[in-house]
Amino acid sequence: MIRLVLVGTSHHHAPVELRERVALERDAAEALAARLAEGGREAVCLSTCNRTELYVAAEDAEAAERDAVAALAALEPDVEPALYRLQDRAAVLHLFRVAAGLDSLVPGEGEILGQVRVAQELGTTGFFLERVFRQALQAGRKVRAQTAIGESPASVSSAAAALAEQVFGSLDGRSILLLGAGKMSEGASRNLRSRGATIALVANSKTEREEIETALAAVDVVIASTSAPGFVLDADAVTRASQGRRGRQLLLVDLAVPRDIDPTVRDLDGCYLYDIDDLEQIVAETLSGRRREAERAESLVAAEAEKFHEWHASLDVVPAIASLRAKAEEIRTAELQKADSLLGRLDDSQRKAVESVTSQIVNKLLHLPTVRMKQAAAAADGVTYAEAVRHLFGLGEDER
Amino acid sequence: MAELFFWPALFFYGEAAVGYLGDARHPGRPGRLATWGVRLGWIAQTALLAAQAVRNDGFPWGTWASSLDLFVWLVVSAYLIWGCRVPYRLLGLAVMPLAVALLVTARAGGGTGVGTASRYSTLFLVLHVGLVLAAFAGFTLAAGLSGLYVWQERRLKSRPATILRRQMPALATLDALALRTVAWSVPLLTLGIAVGLGRLLSRGDGMDAVIATTVVTWVVWCSYLGLRLLGGWAGRRAAYLALAGFVLVVVVRVVFPESHFG
Repeated sequence: MIRLVLVGTSHHHAPVELRERVALERDAAEALAARLAEGGREAVCLSTCNRTELYVAAEDAEAAERDAVAALAALEPDVEPALYRLQDRAAVLHLFRVAAGLDSLVPGEGEILGQVRVAQELGTTGFFLERVFRQALQAGRKVRAQTAIGESPASVSSAAAALAEQVFGSLDGRSILLLGAGKMSEGASRNLRSRGATIALVANSKTEREEIETALAAVDVVIASTSAPGFVLDADAVTRASQGRRGRQLLLVDLAVPRDIDPTVRDLDGCYLYDIDDLEQIVAETLSGRRREAERAESLVAAEAEKFHEWHASLDVVPAIASLRAKAEEIRTAELQKADSLLGRLDDSQRKAVESVTSQIVNKLLHLPTVRMKQAAAAADGVTYAEAVRHLFGLGEDER
Repeated sequence: MAELFFWPALFFYGEAAVGYLGDARHPGRPGRLATWGVRLGWIAQTALLAAQAVRNDGFPWGTWASSLDLFVWLVVSAYLIWGCRVPYRLLGLAVMPLAVALLVTARAGGGTGVGTASRYSTLFLVLHVGLVLAAFAGFTLAAGLSGLYVWQERRLKSRPATILRRQMPALATLDALALRTVAWSVPLLTLGIAVGLGRLLSRGDGMDAVIATTVVTWVVWCSYLGLRLLGGWAGRRAAYLALAGFVLVVVVRVVFPESHFG
């Protein structure tokens, strides 16, 4: 019986100083998986900025766990107290939760799904880990499709981009005026550019006021994050620029403290001004929304993990079912041969009808025992049932 | 026969109206059910109109009440173009209760049965009623889009923390869609009025309140187009003008219809 073993550490158990010492590049992750898979095992190494986890499928779970712990300890001896070790059902559920983004720092973040897929591709996998990872990825996709866990922004910069989409829809062809080039405004503008917007002007303390106002008349989004002590943009300047805008909407995002944009700008027609407090409140709200959705996602993931468990458990009884069916078919064929002298009087269509009827009788007789054995396997009685079937039907030892 | 289709149409439109109300409170499943309600109701009403067309000897929507029936179908048809998309579900909250109310009014006035052919010639009615009602359906939708614009704009101005919780059409999209809808509807109304005036002159009949208000409505919507395309109007001002234009549509359709329909 193949067992699944997971050994790893994540942002829940280890600080970044420790995690970075066991983080692995793609080549190293691939090599480690290959090394752990020696001796007929299967192995996958999932390494991201928030976690390093080793998944090993093996007959001897204890030995596989020892090897995985040793592999991580070899990278950093201090990591051992921060390692978690899970097996079988718990390990499967953990992987499914990871793929769905439920174990991430920001619940529902979408990047992890791609990272799990890459880890699987780099791993040394066979039928078992292929199946676990495929179902984990399916569970992740299902959670994203059936819940709203990944829809809301999780940072100030992505909230600014989402607001721009609320005002303009597609950001293709929209232009941005950056006032100041700090880290915050860089993040926000990167988010906007990834959605199709372009930067029209990056203004700093040396940029002429006239140049800023000219740009203001043409752009769609203004992002301000200077360290100026007073307002860089006042209502008069925006009003002057609005005259050339022909009613087009203008989104202003003020990330600076103290603020760069006069708050009375938000009273102007067609101007939508958000400061850092507004954005932080939006992010806090959307994160609480993600947590609410996470509850729904947990039940979806649990159901998917249960499906995998049923498949895994059915592996116990599959040989017994196959033997039983082979035995029944053998008896059916033998009995038909015995009756060959009688059947010889039948024409082809009549012989086919007899073949078909006897096959159907066998299938119908075996259908319920087959279903019951699979159900029993899922309820952990599979081996007992399989033994009983072998005993009752006299299935040979060589068939085990 | 027509009765068989009226009740399912009313039921599904009603279900859609309730569904959109539920969706406004808890977005998701109620919105999906409402969208199906619109689709099924539209199919039932299409069957109702087909039954009326087959059973009538002449143009079946020439009376005030029966033209309301056709008007509801045109409004829902226009809404269906966007209404199935998630961001536009809130528009259904404006359109579907209106559709239910007008369909009930049409039935109360005997407009959903058969055998109500007008005394006017079919060709004139097809052109006049068809064009005017199609234009009014477009204006109704444009007003719905403009109402949604005003609502969404207020939300963006008031900056609630929940602003991103509901998926809404973007302001610029609503603005552009309203303009596009009006740009299609104004020529239809122009043609519809021209056909009606031609008939009026040939018969030597006089103006009535419906004709006068329809001409005022035409002027308002032409102004909307002119101000938007030439005067640089957009956004909130244009949305309010569209809502004012819709008030005139309501007046023409509901307030004094009896003097005009034969």
